[in-house]
Amino acid sequence: MSASAPPGRRPMGLFSRIIDSDIFYSFRTSPVAVVAASIALILILAAVFAPWIAPYNPFDPRTLNLMDGYTAPMETSFAGNYFLLGADHQGRDVFSTILYGSRVSLLVGLSATLFAMTLGVSLGLIAGYRGGFTDAIIMRICDIQLTFPAILIALLIFGVARGLIPPSQQESTALYVLILAIGLSNWAQFARTVRGATMVERQKDYVAAARIMGVHPLFILVRHILPNVTGPVLVIATIGLALAIIEEATLSFLGVGVPPTQPSLGTLIRIGQQFLFSGEWWILFFPALTLVLLALSVNLLGDWLRDALNPRLRK
Amino acid sequence: MSTPLLEVKNLSVSFDVSRPWLNRKLEGQDKVLLKAVNDVSFSINKGETFAIVGESGSGKSTIARLIVGLLKPSSGDVFFEGKSLSAGLEGAEARKLRRRFQMIFQDPFASLNPRWHVADIVAEPLRVFKTETGKQRREKVGELLSLVGLSPEDGAKFPHQFSGGQRQRIAIARALAANPDFIVCDEPTSALDVSVQAQILNLMKDLQDKLGLTYLFISHDLSVVRHMADRIGVLYLGRMAEIADAKSLFVDRQHPYTRMLLDAVPDLGMTGKPRKPVEGEIPSPLDPPSGCVFNPRCPLANARCRTERPELRLYGPTWAACHAVEEGRDKAA
Repeated sequence: MSASAPPGRRPMGLFSRIIDSDIFYSFRTSPVAVVAASIALILILAAVFAPWIAPYNPFDPRTLNLMDGYTAPMETSFAGNYFLLGADHQGRDVFSTILYGSRVSLLVGLSATLFAMTLGVSLGLIAGYRGGFTDAIIMRICDIQLTFPAILIALLIFGVARGLIPPSQQESTALYVLILAIGLSNWAQFARTVRGATMVERQKDYVAAARIMGVHPLFILVRHILPNVTGPVLVIATIGLALAIIEEATLSFLGVGVPPTQPSLGTLIRIGQQFLFSGEWWILFFPALTLVLLALSVNLLGDWLRDALNPRLRK
Repeated sequence: MSTPLLEVKNLSVSFDVSRPWLNRKLEGQDKVLLKAVNDVSFSINKGETFAIVGESGSGKSTIARLIVGLLKPSSGDVFFEGKSLSAGLEGAEARKLRRRFQMIFQDPFASLNPRWHVADIVAEPLRVFKTETGKQRREKVGELLSLVGLSPEDGAKFPHQFSGGQRQRIAIARALAANPDFIVCDEPTSALDVSVQAQILNLMKDLQDKLGLTYLFISHDLSVVRHMADRIGVLYLGRMAEIADAKSLFVDRQHPYTRMLLDAVPDLGMTGKPRKPVEGEIPSPLDPPSGCVFNPRCPLANARCRTERPELRLYGPTWAACHAVEEGRDKAA
């Protein structure tokens, strides 16, 4: 009873497979997901192409004119420069600083999430597969870490790193330290989820079949089990990205994040809140709005992805 | 008789099913050990099919997992062509041995990785044992798929695009890829429809004739076993109750447990023979009965059965572990 493939079920190209998939259908039919994805995509593209989009380079002191300071949105300054979203106290274009700022925010958020994901998924796989003592050690570290707020752990790691790195290099390494701090404060979520999923997969017969053949445990973990636990990881990574962006903004707002020469959205908000009560609301408002839009859209995407990947919620 | 292909000697395994350490200490409990397999011995000759039958919880699958090395025995050993398997399943020697035995699993929905193409699944033994590479490997996969009655083009699909029976064919193709002598089949048809069962069983028989395979066939289905097996071992609560040729077991059963099982088989010949249902349930292996483990359900049990454990003894062509058979009480009854 050889099963010759009916013409409709031929193996398709990657693109048509995506268009044809359940996930894409669920995406198309969910207005929230489409809007959130569009906003996130616009913000990400704007950040990536900031040098080409931004009308000014806000970090080149030669182009700054203090006479432009405090120009309101959509107004032309005394010096004859037009500012779509106004200018801050140093005469920097708020629109341009937001573009460059979200660049830093996204870079830190993405790298930190990627780092947390790599660390958490590896440890979760090992804990779930080995079980026993290894599992107990890794999971207790996870538990302890989860009892502290992530921001506190990030602050702690940041402080320790500051103490270890000589002051002359602090400015140049600040970005990496920030990524490390946020990444290390977020890995536990990944480890927990992956461990649970790994324990389920480990019991299945396809793993037993590989073990009988004497396949190396590392190969079983990476090629057999990992592809079967990526669904939940994707969801946590998306929601984790939103969290990491907010965490970075919080750290920068507290003044321990990126150096002032490379302001992120959090830094911009910190600068802006000094002028809120003197009436220059736009210096605070537009960076804050961007941060909210970015975090919200990524978060909504994560929510949608969780529902779309959950077969029990599928209509 | 020449040396058997596979020999199992006094195999036992216990599982630690105690509560976690802290709970145990707080509640003053001892460690709880579950003896899943207890002093089981049998041997399988080259080219034959040895079946193990038994109820749920009798330890059938545990024996399968012990033989292929997924579990380590607490005591006893498995010999493959006279070489001990538990002594050294490491290194190059073990690699050579591992190539020669494979396993087919009960649930064809769990035994194939859902994220892998069928061709990759079937090719896994070829990759692990580095027998064929590149183009040769692809050709070999095609051959194997045709051998089990699928088409070579099916290699590009995923397991979820196949039915249960077709998946079991894929699992068989994967087992055959390593070019094994010996295949452990752990209830390979119990998850399948009856109509498909026969196809898979006939396929396995054909392959046995063609490739000279030796099977250890584990099942709870006596009609399937009757169709497949040359020799049969009846397992009860982790112990062998009876080992016999398939023919003599169905004609001249010795052990009262075997009789109970066979009397319960539906009579398709409509001979009007009354059918006795199996009485009672298998006791918990955590707290096995003393003496003969079958005594609480046995119609022939007496005081000796409740205290003394019977050994496997040869009665005619059949090995049985029963005091009643030894004393001739069964004939009187």
